[in-house]
Amino acid sequence: MQIVTKGVAGTMESSDISVRIEPREGEGITLTLTSAVMQQFGKQIEAVIRGTLASLGVTSAVVDAVDKGALDCTVEARVKTAAYRAAKCEAYVWENRK
Amino acid sequence: MQDIDIKSIPRVEEITALHGAFAGTPVKDAETFNERMHSKNRVVASIEEAIRLSGLRDGMTVSFHHHFRNGDFIVNMVLDEIARLGIKNLTLAASSLTDIHEPLIGHIKNGVVTHIETSGLRGKLAEAISRGLMDFPVVFRSHGGRAAAIESGEVHIDVAFLGAPSCDPYGNANGYNRDEENSTSCGSLGYAKLDALMADKTVVITDHLVRFPNAPFGIPESNVDYVVKVDCIGDPKGIMSGATRYTKNPKELLIAKTTADVIEASGYFYDGFSMQMGSGGASLATARFLREKMIASNYRARFALGGITGQIVEMHEEGLIDKILDVQSFDLIAANSLKNNRFHQQIDASYYASYRNRGAAVNQLDFVVLSALEIDTDFNVNVLTGSDGVIRGAIGGHPDTAAGASLAVVVAPLTRGRIPSIVRRVNTIVTPGSVVDVVVTDQGVAVNPARPDVKEKLEAAGIPVTSIEKLRERCERIVGIPEPIKYKDRIVGISMYRDNTVIDLIRQIDEG
Repeated sequence: MQIVTKGVAGTMESSDISVRIEPREGEGITLTLTSAVMQQFGKQIEAVIRGTLASLGVTSAVVDAVDKGALDCTVEARVKTAAYRAAKCEAYVWENRK
Repeated sequence: MQDIDIKSIPRVEEITALHGAFAGTPVKDAETFNERMHSKNRVVASIEEAIRLSGLRDGMTVSFHHHFRNGDFIVNMVLDEIARLGIKNLTLAASSLTDIHEPLIGHIKNGVVTHIETSGLRGKLAEAISRGLMDFPVVFRSHGGRAAAIESGEVHIDVAFLGAPSCDPYGNANGYNRDEENSTSCGSLGYAKLDALMADKTVVITDHLVRFPNAPFGIPESNVDYVVKVDCIGDPKGIMSGATRYTKNPKELLIAKTTADVIEASGYFYDGFSMQMGSGGASLATARFLREKMIASNYRARFALGGITGQIVEMHEEGLIDKILDVQSFDLIAANSLKNNRFHQQIDASYYASYRNRGAAVNQLDFVVLSALEIDTDFNVNVLTGSDGVIRGAIGGHPDTAAGASLAVVVAPLTRGRIPSIVRRVNTIVTPGSVVDVVVTDQGVAVNPARPDVKEKLEAAGIPVTSIEKLRERCERIVGIPEPIKYKDRIVGISMYRDNTVIDLIRQIDEG
């Protein structure tokens, strides 16, 4: 999946995560994560974000995520939606899990 | 008048309080009562003068109450004056401290305050202390533990500075005002009463100086040395809300409904029972579900203790609760009830919860419903430190009421956002699992194995009971396993059980 524009999903509400995905020059994922539960779940959230992007075949992107205590399923959903939007792709494959 | 030969009295040297022969009276005071009230009283010009007259010196202990909650101006006002006078190394023994006391950070840095005793800490001050602001660890005591330490003299209060919404020129003070309608109200002065009694010097600070006698009074003039009139003792909006809001959160309502079912089945719901509802949406909402059960069964409660809210007052006024014992009024409805309802009684902290006091009201409780930040698989409860290890709460009467009540029910949502409520080990033990009987969450009820009698009764009533381990597993399946919080070795706080033994230690957080 090719990131071609800015895609945003999620809110700043409690138990949600706001994810912004933008194109990046060159390969790789640049991730900025802030979380209300950074200390306890920061690594886990980062792993879910990177895993979800990999499962979509996104290999180049700038990702900015602001987490307010979202569960893993919510993180995955928000990342997928933001990625589809940033790729201007509407051929959603929600069930295609890693 | 005849000459009295004192020496002629047999064994006169053994008669105490005998001050020799009568020598006449001083000139009689012929002012009117009204003139006298203005000319001879305990009113001093300023806080500064009260501090000077009290004899406050370096190294002494000053006390404050927290009945003004987040609207309190007294602590900051008095400490600013103390700092200006150059007095240092004080122990601040407050019944509790909160967000508004952030300026204390400055007084700690400049050495005015070196020790803190409190029930809790919140906001920037709590964060700074969790990051190692103080050399001496903060001593966290329950309301009952603090009362016991003050009564025994182990915590010796040199000067108490007690804010009061009304006071007369001799020091009769109260948490409401019967002379003027427009003044601030805080309701019960329960935590201040004991400080006034036990302090060497007591200063009452008020913004409504009313005529003698300010009866009924929470603090009698016999416990007061100086009275100071100031423009404003606090922000009414921060002191109390109009009415404690009734939760609309479906999770909390589910917990409350389940809790009422648990209480009904437990054997402690009968005609003439006693209860306390802790603060927090779910525990307060439990009162409403119990009310329906009481009406259905034609039961009345003999008394409600606390921490009083509008919900309890409503039940009192409709005849469902005979008496209210009030150490702290949580909302304006409660404060007005204390003022207007004869059987709504103001009590002090020792009467409420001191373990040294055999008659303490907590010992008369059938059940108490208490909130929790964390509960562990040994039923230990934390209400003091957050899931990131930072201090952000208060012990309050949690361990006192849990220990005193025959049935202590602790309520919490299974998860708050991604934060688990049921964990392997709480960050900070405040209330030991040995005094916690039932845990109610939105996703299951667990009974302490030490109470098979309660478990049996709940099951007989058809309430599904699971184990605390199962609740913990369910929690982890939803949120995952959190990484342990990193702490430094340095101890920043001591969590004291109500008998003033150390039950846990709070360490400096490591953000490295």
